[in-house]
Amino acid sequence: MAVTPEEVRRLAALARLPLDDAGVAAMVGELGSILEHVRTLARADGADAALAATPHGGAPPLRPDTFGADLLHRTPDMLAPAWRDGHFVVPRLPELDPGAPRPEGETP
Amino acid sequence: MAETRLEPAIGLEVHVQLRTRTKLFCGDLAEYGAPPNTRVCPVCLGLPGALPALNERAVELAVRVALGLSSTVQERSAFARKHYFYPDLPGGYQVTQHAEPLATGGYLLLPDADGGKPLAVRIRSVHLEEDSGKSLHGRVPGATALDLNRAGVPLVEIVTEPDLRSPEQARAFLQRLRQTLQYVGASDCDMERGSLRVDANVSLRPAGSAALGTRTEVKNLNSFSGVERALRFEIERQGALLAVGGRVEPATLLWDAARGEARVLRAKEEGADYRYIPEPDLPPLVVTGEWLKRIRRDLPELPAERAARFVRDHGLDPKHAEAVTATRELADYYEAVARRTDPREAAVWVLGDFLAAVNTAGCDLDRFPVRPADLAELIELLAAGILTRPAAKRVLARMAETGKPPAQVVGEEGLHRTGDATELEGWADEAVRGHPEEAARWRAGETRLLDFFVGEVVRLSGGRADPHEARAAVTARLEAR
Amino acid sequence: MSVPLATLPLPELAEGIRERRFTPTALVEDVAEALAAVEAGPEPLNLFVSFDLERAFARALEVEADLSAGKPLPPLAGIPAAVKDNLCTVDFPTTCGSRVLAGYTSPYEATAVLRLREAGAIVLGKTNLDEFAMGSSTEHSAYGPTRNPWDRSRVAGGSSGGSAAAVAAGVVPLALGSDTGGSVRQPAAFCGVVGIRPTWGRVSRYGLVAFASSLDQVGTFGRTVYESAYLLQTVAGRDPLDATSADLPVPNAAVNLGEGLEGTTIGVPGEYFPDGMDPRVRTLCRAAIRRLEELGAEVREVSLPHTAYAVPAYAVLAVAEASSNLARFDGVRFGAPAPGAGSVAEVWERTRALFGAEAKRRILLGTYVLSAGHRDEHHARAARVRALVALDFRWVFDSGVDAVFTPTTPTPAFRLGEVTDPYEVYRSDAFTVGPALAGLPALSLPLGLADGLPVGGQLVGRAWGEPEIVRVAHALEASLAAAPLAAPPAPAAG
Repeated sequence: MAVTPEEVRRLAALARLPLDDAGVAAMVGELGSILEHVRTLARADGADAALAATPHGGAPPLRPDTFGADLLHRTPDMLAPAWRDGHFVVPRLPELDPGAPRPEGETP
Repeated sequence: MAETRLEPAIGLEVHVQLRTRTKLFCGDLAEYGAPPNTRVCPVCLGLPGALPALNERAVELAVRVALGLSSTVQERSAFARKHYFYPDLPGGYQVTQHAEPLATGGYLLLPDADGGKPLAVRIRSVHLEEDSGKSLHGRVPGATALDLNRAGVPLVEIVTEPDLRSPEQARAFLQRLRQTLQYVGASDCDMERGSLRVDANVSLRPAGSAALGTRTEVKNLNSFSGVERALRFEIERQGALLAVGGRVEPATLLWDAARGEARVLRAKEEGADYRYIPEPDLPPLVVTGEWLKRIRRDLPELPAERAARFVRDHGLDPKHAEAVTATRELADYYEAVARRTDPREAAVWVLGDFLAAVNTAGCDLDRFPVRPADLAELIELLAAGILTRPAAKRVLARMAETGKPPAQVVGEEGLHRTGDATELEGWADEAVRGHPEEAARWRAGETRLLDFFVGEVVRLSGGRADPHEARAAVTARLEAR
Repeated sequence: MSVPLATLPLPELAEGIRERRFTPTALVEDVAEALAAVEAGPEPLNLFVSFDLERAFARALEVEADLSAGKPLPPLAGIPAAVKDNLCTVDFPTTCGSRVLAGYTSPYEATAVLRLREAGAIVLGKTNLDEFAMGSSTEHSAYGPTRNPWDRSRVAGGSSGGSAAAVAAGVVPLALGSDTGGSVRQPAAFCGVVGIRPTWGRVSRYGLVAFASSLDQVGTFGRTVYESAYLLQTVAGRDPLDATSADLPVPNAAVNLGEGLEGTTIGVPGEYFPDGMDPRVRTLCRAAIRRLEELGAEVREVSLPHTAYAVPAYAVLAVAEASSNLARFDGVRFGAPAPGAGSVAEVWERTRALFGAEAKRRILLGTYVLSAGHRDEHHARAARVRALVALDFRWVFDSGVDAVFTPTTPTPAFRLGEVTDPYEVYRSDAFTVGPALAGLPALSLPLGLADGLPVGGQLVGRAWGEPEIVRVAHALEASLAAAPLAAPPAPAAG
């Protein structure tokens, strides 16, 4: 099963990666060839191997609910690509106009 | 075709901010109302290289919620990343619990939701997740401003089965849920501040049918009345569609409270692909039996249990028991009063004049100057006959204004009951002479006017006159012409 | 010219400073000279994305002042070190070799770097790497490829190529890297130095810009087993800022060193010596195995049957996590401004267009294996196969094997531009991804030269078994030192 150009475009849209037609064509070939190798995994697959793959030495303790944020040596405004009046700024979200929707995601 | 009645099936997803000092995954303050972007650190800003570290208290509060809903807390649960791009979601993903939630099952009982019968609303799952930041309109002209103070604040999400049958039941459920969450100390559930947010799913089916119809989701429900209105709107919309032989399409709708309508945000087929992945930066969450036991031990008594105990041990009327357990603070207050005096009288006072005075003062219970011991003493003064009931009400009002104990108020204002016949006769005389017309009507046989004169005597006495004695005095005066 | 100070063994360096046989500033001067030499000419090594000699001098002067004031010095006081440019530092930019992070300076410091500095080391700069550590050659860097000090037409390996080459070239004695599928061990092998990938959870990942979190570990480079192990000991240990960092004591690097290998069992898996493997690598590995036997170790043939599936499983899991970890590069909270962007989508896309080809490929592949309809076939299956790979190792260690010996790489360093097939990149990690999938500690040490190029051998230990593989590697290193590795050719004069 090869990867189609439509599939690559869908993936690029999900990942917010701009791809031109040449980029799409290249990715169709490259992803297809990598996935070809990846399909060999089917031969090894054992459904009962649910073991945690990474070793953990004793469960590390959870964080106590006390203030202790890591220090910012530079304030957010110094990092921000766009900043105004104490806020990060992005181009206007049109969906915010009538109510407060989120086109994706479930946390309001 | 015979007309079949359509019955809604409603399920709710409730997001509740947990009352912790710090955020879910970092040591920054989870504080409402701070200047924008001042409660942020590498972790909640989603900076390269930053890692989450789970807040122990958030787990405990979420477990309390689960226990309050009789959910089964899983010994092992796990976090996952849910991916979508949104400017106020710093990491490009939300850390949530997906395949392995903290708790599953459980129910919340609505005592008389189902036409006076109890309704058990089943809980599907209770899980932990992080809140996003806030996108703000109107701060910066032509642009959207982002405040990430809220990013990473701990949320518990409670998902119900579609067991609710009407918008009113949905509202009753939310009120009951809020009561439970407040009781267990998990959240303040302040909807205005967004610490409780609701999404609803709704479908229609012929009454009595076991299969569910096609459901839609309604989001952006920011008040209990909004939930009720939005559900009514959506039930009508679906009903109208079905009535003309149309079909309900799966969709996500957005409630616009200002316009009182829900708009389709997206059809389900366009639904986002969240590409869930186990969160590699957090080990599985293990709630050991011992830890669970400790949390259970510290769990406050739940409202239903408490009301039942008040009926059983205090002899309260079930309605009164339900009312005094409306909030944990009120129940604590009532119980503190009841420990010192007659519980039934305590309930009458707490629910009556006391709550009225609190409302008048417009402050929180814990700031109200009348302490439980003072109210109990007042009730004792009434029981001992030192105060009449009207005088006691006046004393309470003064206590609320001044914060003074009842004995002092009674002493300073001379409000103790009078047994002095001369004083009583004087007030009776004044009452009758002041209202000759009413006196004439009484004498003409309008006997129910006696209560009016008794009230006058009590009023003139400043509440010191006992109504029973006032009745005798004023009757004697009227009869004496 | 005398021997450059920086090439002295670490204990002598530390002692020399403490006993004032030479000054920290003299050491930095030597470093500056060595750096200038390797970066001169038509084929510079291109070790660093950023460095600051003036600041290093200033730090060296502080150490001198402390020394004069009689203050107690931390163990690595005045020792120059290099840090891979995917570890966050507040004083150097952190670019991850990407245009996406051009000009980005982290507002906080990685825990491993903090510990390195607290131990007194002077961080000279940030070393070159494949973009976001995705690659095995340090060719996929927005700042140009790093060359191999042994042969400048060849790659240094990767992704920690800058760190490995900086140690190999004698510029710094110590360097930090990161290893996801072999990114410390493979360049260590290509450059003829010792690279250690610790057990997953041994070193805090806080401040390590994530590529594939469940595989990423901070690793160390040194010229000797002891030096690399000492650096590991310096940066290891529980960190409350990394929930996956183990709450276990850190073993002393020097413990049990210098003992023989009697009573030690070394497993040699046949799957790591396939038919048709590079005969030069095979020969050097066989020689090393004989040395281990001479040292008293029992060498035993073992089997790791799922070895062939490690690379494809790794390819799926690493890209899946990469696509997730790189989602945060959206141009909203940090990054370059996008003036005139008409929508948020445009801001995102303008920022993400800056990813290099390899990163884009991995993001798309990762998105594919996680997307609806493919998740079960690819991601879930790869996770199960990962568990099988880990089980292979567990059975071997449970059967009484103390360490597994394998070649580090199938071949010595390849030529710049030689590997172009996108899957071939993963194949050069064939021997290093298995231990990474299993979360196990593994190190690479030089076994000798083949046609003038270093060849590395890999020792894999059980979880938290770093002292065991360090002990074996140290004994092997001492035994091999009878025929010492020639120094990399001196740079052409001029």
